[in-house]
Amino acid sequence: MKSIADLEKIRNKTLSQVNLRRESDGTRIVVGMATCGIAAGARPVMNAFVEEVGKRNLLDVVVAQTGCIGMCRYEPIVDVIKPGQDKVTYVKVTPEMVARIVAEHVVNGQPVVEYTIGAAE
Amino acid sequence: MNELSLYILDLAQNSVAAKATRIRISIEIDLDKDLIRVFIEDNGCGMDEAFLKRVVSPFSTTRKTRKVGLGIPMIKQLCEMCEGEFGIESTVGVGTKLSLTFTRSHVDLPPMGAIEDTIVSLINGSPEDIEFEFSYRYGEGLFEFSTQEVRQVLSGVPLNTPDVLIWIRGYLEEGIAEAESSITN
Repeated sequence: MKSIADLEKIRNKTLSQVNLRRESDGTRIVVGMATCGIAAGARPVMNAFVEEVGKRNLLDVVVAQTGCIGMCRYEPIVDVIKPGQDKVTYVKVTPEMVARIVAEHVVNGQPVVEYTIGAAE
Repeated sequence: MNELSLYILDLAQNSVAAKATRIRISIEIDLDKDLIRVFIEDNGCGMDEAFLKRVVSPFSTTRKTRKVGLGIPMIKQLCEMCEGEFGIESTVGVGTKLSLTFTRSHVDLPPMGAIEDTIVSLINGSPEDIEFEFSYRYGEGLFEFSTQEVRQVLSGVPLNTPDVLIWIRGYLEEGIAEAESSITN
C-alpha cells in the first residue's frame, strides 16, 4: 500500500536534491497533449517518460506538455530539447519507444533517428 | 478516444486553459440506476452566454491558431450516443461546470480506463498553483483525493517531481480499487 510515510520519504529525498534540479539548465521533454494527441495515445507516453525519468533519477530533466501544433496525423509527438542543441521531434511515439529515447538521446545525447519526423517523412 | 478517462483529461485541460486555480473531478458509478455521472467543475474565467451557446459546435474555439475545437462536441456526442445527457453551466468570473451522464451498460460507452493516469497527467501538465480534487464513488464505496493534502506533506517539493507523480498514481489506483471492492461482498 502507498502510504503518507512513503510520501514523506520522497519529500526528504527530493528536498536534498531540489537545488540541483532548479539550478541546472536541463533537458526538456515536451509531449503534445491536445485532443489529437490524447486520442492518438499521448497519455501513456507522457506517463512512461515520467516513470523513466523517475526511475533513472534524472534531476535535470523536465517532462512538460504542450497543445496541438497542427501535425495531428503524426501524434503522439514528443520534442526533446537539450540545451545548446537543435530540438528533435519524435513522431507516432509509443510507450515502448520511451526507454530508448531516454537512454540514447536524453542521457547519451544521440537522437534516435529512426523515430524522428525526418525519418517518417 | 477509447477510454472515458481520456475524454476527462481532454475536458479538464479546458479548465486549466481557463486559468482555474481549483478543479474538481467527480465520478459516480450508480449501479442501481445503471448510470455513470461525471462532473468537472472549475473556478476559471467562465464563458459568456453567447459563447456558451455555440461552445458545442466543433467550429468554436478560443485558440488563435485554428478554427476548430473538438473536445466539447465529442463528449456531447458520446453522452447522447450512450443515452445520457450533456450539461454545461458557466458564469464569467465564477467558473464552469460540466455535467455528463452515460448509461453504464450502453454498448457504445468506452471503458473508464486509467483514470489515475488522467489525474497524474493533469497534475504534471498544469501550473503548480492549481489544486485538483478528485472523488470516485462506486456504489457505496467512496474514494477522495486532493492535491492540497499531498502538498501539505511535501512542504515545498513540487507535485511534478517524478517520484511524487508515481506515488500519486499508485495511491489513486489503490484507492479506486478499494472503493470498487467495497461493493462486491
